[in-house]
Amino acid sequence: MNARDTILRRIRAATADAPPAEAVSRGYRTAGGAVRHEPGEDDLIALFAHRVDDYHASVRRVPAGEAAQAVGAAARERGLTTLAVPPGLPEEWTSGLTAVRLLRDDPPLAPGELDRAGGVITGCAVAIAETGTIVLDAGPGQGRRALTLLPDYHLCVVPADRVVRGVPEAVALLDPRRPQTWISGPSATSDIELDRVEGVHGPRVLDVIILGN
Amino acid sequence: MSGTFLGMPAFPVNAADAVQNSQLRHNLRRATHTIRDKRSRVVAEVPDWAELRSAAKAIKDAALRDLDRHLLRLEETVQAAGGHVHWARDAAEACRIVTDLVRATGETEVVKVKSMATQEIGLNEALADSGIHAYETDLAELIVQLGDDRPSHIVVPAIHRNRAEIREIFLRAMPDASPDLTDDPAALAEAARLHLRQRFLSSKVAISGANFAIAETGTLVVVESEGNGRMCLTLPETLISVVGIEKVLPTWRDLEVFLQLLPRSATGERMNPYTSTWTAATEGQTFHLVLLDNGRTDVLADEVGRQALRCIRCAACLNVCPVYERAGGHAYGSVYPGPIGAILTPQMRGMGTPLDDSLPYASTLCGACYDVCPVAIDIPEVLVHLRDRSSHPRAERAALRAAGWMLARPERLARAQRLAFRLRRLVPRRLPGPLSAWTDTRDLPDIPPESFRDWWKRTEGGTR
Repeated sequence: MNARDTILRRIRAATADAPPAEAVSRGYRTAGGAVRHEPGEDDLIALFAHRVDDYHASVRRVPAGEAAQAVGAAARERGLTTLAVPPGLPEEWTSGLTAVRLLRDDPPLAPGELDRAGGVITGCAVAIAETGTIVLDAGPGQGRRALTLLPDYHLCVVPADRVVRGVPEAVALLDPRRPQTWISGPSATSDIELDRVEGVHGPRVLDVIILGN
Repeated sequence: MSGTFLGMPAFPVNAADAVQNSQLRHNLRRATHTIRDKRSRVVAEVPDWAELRSAAKAIKDAALRDLDRHLLRLEETVQAAGGHVHWARDAAEACRIVTDLVRATGETEVVKVKSMATQEIGLNEALADSGIHAYETDLAELIVQLGDDRPSHIVVPAIHRNRAEIREIFLRAMPDASPDLTDDPAALAEAARLHLRQRFLSSKVAISGANFAIAETGTLVVVESEGNGRMCLTLPETLISVVGIEKVLPTWRDLEVFLQLLPRSATGERMNPYTSTWTAATEGQTFHLVLLDNGRTDVLADEVGRQALRCIRCAACLNVCPVYERAGGHAYGSVYPGPIGAILTPQMRGMGTPLDDSLPYASTLCGACYDVCPVAIDIPEVLVHLRDRSSHPRAERAALRAAGWMLARPERLARAQRLAFRLRRLVPRRLPGPLSAWTDTRDLPDIPPESFRDWWKRTEGGTR
């Protein structure tokens, strides 16, 4: 008997006497439930901003028409000279970057080139307010997975209408067939004495721009 | 210290050594208290934690009840998305499959994402026997690997090491470490980043485990912090994931429960920095899934013990356990230490060695582990159940049979008590022979002159 059949036979023997599986009762908040707010978190966007800030990522909130200025300001502040750009990113977002060379990932940049890039700019598929999480799913303006991994700086533009309350709302909106990266703050480790250190292998700096209300 | 758990003595012997090590106790106390406080804070802010916990339990139970069906579905969905599926009955078979897959690529070096399943099967050692070097890339696993040490915690494997010890290990075993390296955790993390960077960019084969495998869609999920997981999952041309059969979740939607419970329970964060999900062959990669039994079906066959398979490896039970805090992870002699290890290891390996027989006793049965478990594993219940199954000395069995006979009838108990009261002056402070093990560390309780029932009768409830 091959391994597959042996394992399946063992499982069937082990569970033969077990009662049938019960239906799963999902009594938890699946949508729109109450959130335990802290002062100043009266809306979803404010909560998201606050939770991202808790991870020591910087957050700016700007009106919908001011993406270019905000991106430009972030680039100046971080002293960027090159920025990787995924296909499908709105041109307007990078239109204010006069002193920065844009490295378009089309055709795909070699890992070495990405590694040397000063940073990367992307949008996102969904953002989760309660956990301060950004989800990328390789859709337009988000790029393949390595794009947001190798550069040491990630600038993520989050249109306000992509922000949902909690994890269940995000899971419902996302397509499992697409590769996803859920990002909550910069790369970090607590492996040494449980002391949180930001910046290990992924980008050490994460800036988030929330666009519109 | 060496890299294997084989042939270790019973838990009390290991623990006795560990509690004498004041550095270890200091490191462990500090670390477990930090993490458990963080966990309490972020769990308290989730208003529906109890509902999430009971849903998680129900989802896992349902998945385990029809595990054959879900695994076949997983196989089908992974294959449909261009992945290859392999089945491994035991550790040796899993190691053989992975070794052959790596050999077929012609590579002699692989990068690894932290994975309990691959540690359990001793994959690194098996690969080394075939001339393949596996590089651990998680910071804590790197510390353990470079220190020729063993992991002592499920989530934070180097929890027993402090920053000064880690600096020493890096200076000794990391050729590219700067001699000026300080023991600042940020500097140590930076050293690991530089050490592994080029390897990530050039590796052709990666090996991972998975936190969850979704039967409905064929999607695998890896939850991590540092980005080393993303490096391994994304850059190499070939990805091999070794996944225990109990990791299967029936539907994509089920993730909405576990991605809330796991990060808060494991590291006390609202969400871990990075979670990757992918469905088989992604972005041009070759993907292999190795489904591992290695004793899991034996656990599944035990009506009481099978709940241990709900475990999502968050290690919250370790962080609250008074025994783990003092004895440390190595004493458990397995890659699964702490309360969950005490019920998982003897069930997966089978009881019979002194170590595995002793593990169900590595607990005070205080129940803190059950309280914090995000999938509601009643660890004390399983511990008691396993104690019943472990072998007991003949004298102990005889004594308990006698006690059972005496306690079965009130008049027998009363007669035995009166006999004890009359002989109470003759009972020594320390018991002789094998019974001295008890009185070496405890006072023998004083025997009163009469029983409560006799006192009540004589004084009419204290009124006379």
